[in-house]
Amino acid sequence: MIRVGFSAILSHWRRNLLQLFSLVFGLALATALWSGVQAINAEARASYDAAATTLGEGQYDQVLPRSGNTISQDQYIALRRAGWQVTPVLDDALGPIRRQVRLLGIDPLTAPAGLMPVGQGEGRDIVRVLTTRFVFVNPNTADLLPEDPALQVIIDDAVAPGVAITDIGVAQQLLGKPAQINRLIVANTQPINIPNLDKIAPELFVKSAIGGQDVQRLTDSFHLNLTAFGLLSFAVGIFIVQGVIGLAFEQRRSLVRTLRALGMPLRVLIWLFVGELIAFAFVAGALGVVMGYLIAAVLLPDVAATLRGLYGADVVGALQLRPVWWVSGFAIAFGGTAIAAGGALWKIARMPILASARPRAWAVESNKNAALLALAALALLVTALVLAIWGRGLLVGFVLLGCLLTGAALALPYFLLGVVSLGRRFARGPISEWFWADTRQQVPGLSLALMALLLATAANVGVSTMVSSFRETFVGFLDQRLAPELFVSVSSDEQAKTLDAYLSEHAREVLPVVSIDLQVADVPTALFGVRVESTYEENWRFLRAQGDVWSLVQSGNAAIINEQLARRADLWPGDMVQILPDLTLPIAAVVADYGNPLGQVVINEAQFLQRFPDQRAQRFGVRTDDPEGLSQRLMDDLSIEAANIVNQEQIKAFSLNVFERTFKVTGALNVLTLAVAAFAILMSLLTLSAMRIPQLAPAWALGMTRRELGQLELVRAVVLAALTTILALPLGLLLAWVLLTVVNVEAFGWELPMYLFPALYVRLGVFALVAAAVAAMIPARRLAYTPPGTLLKVFANDR
Amino acid sequence: MLLEVNQLTKVYPSIDGPIEVLRGIDLQVAAGETLALTGESGSGKSTLLHLVGGLDTADGGRITLAGHDILDMDDRSRAELRRTDVGVIFQQFNLIPSLDVSANIAFQARLAGSYEASRLQTLAASLGLDAHLNKFPEALSGGQQQRVAIARTLLARPKLILADEPTGNLDEETADEVLEQMLGLVAETGAAMMVVTHSEKVASRMQRRVRLNKGRLL
Repeated sequence: MIRVGFSAILSHWRRNLLQLFSLVFGLALATALWSGVQAINAEARASYDAAATTLGEGQYDQVLPRSGNTISQDQYIALRRAGWQVTPVLDDALGPIRRQVRLLGIDPLTAPAGLMPVGQGEGRDIVRVLTTRFVFVNPNTADLLPEDPALQVIIDDAVAPGVAITDIGVAQQLLGKPAQINRLIVANTQPINIPNLDKIAPELFVKSAIGGQDVQRLTDSFHLNLTAFGLLSFAVGIFIVQGVIGLAFEQRRSLVRTLRALGMPLRVLIWLFVGELIAFAFVAGALGVVMGYLIAAVLLPDVAATLRGLYGADVVGALQLRPVWWVSGFAIAFGGTAIAAGGALWKIARMPILASARPRAWAVESNKNAALLALAALALLVTALVLAIWGRGLLVGFVLLGCLLTGAALALPYFLLGVVSLGRRFARGPISEWFWADTRQQVPGLSLALMALLLATAANVGVSTMVSSFRETFVGFLDQRLAPELFVSVSSDEQAKTLDAYLSEHAREVLPVVSIDLQVADVPTALFGVRVESTYEENWRFLRAQGDVWSLVQSGNAAIINEQLARRADLWPGDMVQILPDLTLPIAAVVADYGNPLGQVVINEAQFLQRFPDQRAQRFGVRTDDPEGLSQRLMDDLSIEAANIVNQEQIKAFSLNVFERTFKVTGALNVLTLAVAAFAILMSLLTLSAMRIPQLAPAWALGMTRRELGQLELVRAVVLAALTTILALPLGLLLAWVLLTVVNVEAFGWELPMYLFPALYVRLGVFALVAAAVAAMIPARRLAYTPPGTLLKVFANDR
Repeated sequence: MLLEVNQLTKVYPSIDGPIEVLRGIDLQVAAGETLALTGESGSGKSTLLHLVGGLDTADGGRITLAGHDILDMDDRSRAELRRTDVGVIFQQFNLIPSLDVSANIAFQARLAGSYEASRLQTLAASLGLDAHLNKFPEALSGGQQQRVAIARTLLARPKLILADEPTGNLDEETADEVLEQMLGLVAETGAAMMVVTHSEKVASRMQRRVRLNKGRLL
């Protein structure tokens, strides 16, 4: 019985291959976009985990100096003698700019297990490691290491990209920093009753493991956006599947009645349908995971470049096939099918055995719960409004997004019906009147596909606005921070003194960059001493300011802090900030400092040097009208190497290149989501086209040509897509607003200003219309070339 | 002569090979004449009607309507012919579901550019539709829907009315009523009418009747 029943159920698909394709491919697309994005996120997170494991960040507490970047050997020995289980680390960049490797020197004897890949595999025993100049690197990083025949390079996948690990002695030698230590890693287990750090080394402090998650926190912003995109694409795909499953079940009502009348129990029948759906979900899930893998493989190099450029987080640019994707891909495919088919299965389960076998019009059926959906849309939109006004917190931000998008999608058919009714009111001529009346009739049948288009377009507008706003802000920020034409670095205080004197004569302005790390209001902070010049006054833009900021800073009567410190310590212009035990200043302004997890305080150079006379600037911003000439003179007169003179145009170009990569990822996702929406429209129109013949045949018989009817079908699809796109624009902007001012602030601690990009919206709108037109072209063409015989079948009584 | 059909043939392809539905039909219809076309199911009646109405293309022969050779026309010209010279009344009424009764009645006349609002009111009143003008087709009974189809055809003032089993979907009493009204109004307009029917009663009300058998006129 089961075999016979199953074959009867499956026979529907043999005669409706288009529906079958639509179902499987729709589900596969939904799964692909979701699992592709998840693959990218998982790969990136795996890289962060590798970094955390190899660098000890986020895993172990660390002892750091309260000021400066060096812990003396004596301090380390004092701690060890006092019983502290700490291991020394020297951590610095090795190699020329842009080919730098982060060299990590660790003591293999005292390092916590797992921090260094010692004892794991042949040739890595501790004795050999201690007696050889070895260095462990990731395969992607190996070729960045400087040529050194005495160095034994061991390739290891477990090492984070961009990092090389070696014995601390070797690191001190390679970096030219004998007997220097940056930080101490604190073992998780410590002896009881060890003396307090303040008593042994008051100039040191313990930074807890949680503080090391900054990079991850920052990159979460990026992953959040990708996940939002993936989820929306999945929702778009599910709209397709729901439409197809709804129609397929509606068309099989007579089959269900017949099978039940012939003695098949309802329970068996339901299980057969479930089995059929599981089979489809399995095939579509597998297809989706493979497609998702391909999408991720194509996008990952750009994502890796973006993350590295924006946040300094290193991600391997190649994808590994992880079993977890298969699991999550299938889970999403099965979950999606269950969501899409739940309603249809419920209807079959409740259908009386003698229910009408005549399939009701799909459009009418889709419209049946119209009042309920209208109420739901209204409730969701009101909830979104309430949350936007009174809601607080990250979770509320996401609930607000969900309510807004779902409410708008459910409200779409009413918006379309309203505009179409208006169109009809102003229509002149029989064809125009018929067009609007007929369009009104088509709205329910097309509404699922149009909802998909609405979500896809709104997501594109929202995410593009967010990314572009970020870009605009960041470019402004670069202009502000990279105003000097040249940045010159030297490696000794002596050279710095000579350079400063030389530049004072040959440059328009000299802006030394000198800073020291310390804690301000319990926030790890960099204190900068700046030489106040007109460059700062002309270029720095403040989020909040009070009084004549730069005059106050120059006279030593105020400090500037960055947004991160302001938000974390709740310090704002007018408040007093204790920078050092003997230095408390009023805050004159808060400055934006995107992408930096640390706090920042800016005071004048004299004030800084008075307290830290040993800290000399070794990096200088230089204002000049002849950057090329000055660079050459610096090389000729002071023998400064070319690698130590950086033209700000190069840095800007590099930073902007990072954004172009980000745009490439966003652009690719834009295309993919709109392609899915276009597919939804195509499938809906193709499915409806068979039902259209009886509706269109009378108009043809009364004197309209098939060509006219085909053209009007195309115009109808474009008009509906255009109306949907018009609604998608404000919805997308609201989405961007929520992401920028609610989610971003709650998740990452800074607010980004929102800019509008009309040209971008026009381009996206045109793209959405083209997608809809391309999708409508096939059914329209098919209608235009429908043989008269097919149209005549509508009128035939006998043949 | 309003309509002249000469040696008309039509072949439909099928799995068992081509089927010759019409085999050299010759027929003339004068202006104002009413003609019943009868025959067994599958004899080719509807096919002949569709060809004469410019709804389908023939495989051979010639059809001249009001001096125009229909079979030489392209799709656009045939559509124009259907708008202006021909009116078709179908068994299933075939109204446009998205338009209300008033818009349905006016549709063809407006397409043809011959719409008169006052005449719509007159026709609607004479067919008992004046109370239903703002309703949609789904709200009407079968008889009322067929009256709408008749009003639609008559308002466009075609030269030739083609009716395919116009009362086939109606009960006997309603069918008589509708037929009576249709014949009266057709006579008023002076149009010729060709009716495909199985009904002896309907056929007997026409001025002339011809019978088709296996694609040939008897």
